[in-house]
Amino acid sequence: MEQELVLFKHNRKHRPVTFAEYRKEGGFEALEKAVKKMTPAEVQQAVIDSGLRGRGGAGFPTGRKWSFVPRDLPGPRWLICNCDEMEPGTYKDRLLLEHNPYGLIEGMTLACYALGVRHAFIFIRKGYEKAAENLARGIAEAKGAGLLGERILGSEVSVDLDLHLSAGRYICGEETALINALEGKRPNPRSKPPFPAVKGLWQGPTVVNNVETLAAVPAIVANGPAWYKGLARIPEAAGTKLFCVSGSVAERVCVELPLGTPLREIIDRYCGGMRDGKKFKACIPGGASTQFLTADHLDVPMDYETVAKVGSRLGSGGVIVFDESHCLVAATLNLITFFARESCGWCTPCREGLPFVKEILQRIEAGRGEERDIELLREHIKYLNYSFCALAPGAMAPVDGLLAHFEDEVREHITKGCCPLAGKGGN
Amino acid sequence: MIPEELKIELEKQVASAVTPREAAVDVMKELQAHYGWLTDDAVVEAAELLGLSPLQVEELATFYEMIYRRPVGRKVIHVCDSISCWCAGSEELTDHLKKRLGLQLGETSADEEFTLLPCCCMGMCGDSPALSINGVPHGKLTPEAADKLLEQAE
Repeated sequence: MEQELVLFKHNRKHRPVTFAEYRKEGGFEALEKAVKKMTPAEVQQAVIDSGLRGRGGAGFPTGRKWSFVPRDLPGPRWLICNCDEMEPGTYKDRLLLEHNPYGLIEGMTLACYALGVRHAFIFIRKGYEKAAENLARGIAEAKGAGLLGERILGSEVSVDLDLHLSAGRYICGEETALINALEGKRPNPRSKPPFPAVKGLWQGPTVVNNVETLAAVPAIVANGPAWYKGLARIPEAAGTKLFCVSGSVAERVCVELPLGTPLREIIDRYCGGMRDGKKFKACIPGGASTQFLTADHLDVPMDYETVAKVGSRLGSGGVIVFDESHCLVAATLNLITFFARESCGWCTPCREGLPFVKEILQRIEAGRGEERDIELLREHIKYLNYSFCALAPGAMAPVDGLLAHFEDEVREHITKGCCPLAGKGGN
Repeated sequence: MIPEELKIELEKQVASAVTPREAAVDVMKELQAHYGWLTDDAVVEAAELLGLSPLQVEELATFYEMIYRRPVGRKVIHVCDSISCWCAGSEELTDHLKKRLGLQLGETSADEEFTLLPCCCMGMCGDSPALSINGVPHGKLTPEAADKLLEQAE
């Protein structure tokens, strides 16, 4: 049976869908239904009941996040779409917006209606100029058709949508750092509490949601929460998810699949199996800050709970596949190098700890490691939980996975005094 | 000094923001586009436009990967060195570029034509290995394909 699509439903092969095409295929009907027939609380309830969870990586229930915004606080409140997609291995939001900017625009307008937001922002990373162009065009078209701006569809509801183009820094994807960035402040994370839902952008109540999360909202409002929930493959999951695959697969694809689709099916059916007949060794299931999964996990249904049960996280859905020729110490060293460079430097555990962990891994990879380095790495998985935000614990997730599943490979580096796989990345 | 026209344009941008400093990244990008990099003068000019101190602009400028506080060449090449590109041969690609341009990462050629820099994941993981030249991304690169790109850029 062909999979029912929500996020990629309107996609054309080699060009973005047009405004007219999106409208013709039912686009903006959810918005019309909401402003004419539903209260804001009903829209929020539909999102709560749908089981939709944050698609940026943390997987927090979206409707619950919305419900934390106090309804009675005076003054403006804000919605920010997080399109600072810089998690290594993740390219789904870029493809989503390069194919179709309207789903996000409609989803954000619905979220603004539910939350009572007048002015919302889309925070876009450097390098995503094509996505930003599509959005700018889409916003103008929606405004022109009375679907955005003043008095949407003749109702009392008005919503403005602005783009903020960033200049490249991973930490801006952390929601409180993103709020500082948007305000034009140095994007260090803020301490929580207060949480953004109470005090966020310009000290007002603020919701920050990922692109894919918001783009799922129109289908939920149009077809109802039960329909959306039922799209998943297993009863404990809800809806569909974009999986973007890279690494040693035959074809690197970004595909929308029911949550709960087994890892093996993603690789074999949608990526055409492994590249050049190579053997699967491991994968990172959800972007750089998730633990390795092994060949023993190929039949794990890809959902938040099921992946958490086997010691990793579904994360962003950025699946990075490694084959037998890859050295996982070298791969982990590459990941830690990224995180050490992207640490904002605000807190000591992250600023000092990540370069230290990088040094240990460098030493092991170069064949100069000692047995006690393995214990040192283990200790630092604990220590880096004392950092200010989630960057450092996320950075240590691959180290955690490395020691959980490939300790023998790490030890072989130490006993042999060299990398048994000659530091292999590459093809 | 920036031309009056650009100054008026930037003042307009600052005025239309919710608070002036919200436009800080836009202003820095525009000034960088004008000067080629964010010069000391540009930092002072940005501060005046935004109602900030030069130090406040400096702490923003030094934070972002794509704001250059040192002179760069006319063509700035960023090679992605994150995990998906690593799996697809970014180390070989980087070595090739270093050799061909005679540059280490972080260096600018004597004729000020090229600057070679690493960068974090570009979201091109499906088309890795990837690089960008003056902000335009290119993917699925072999050393030969990279040579072709450089020839076109020259």
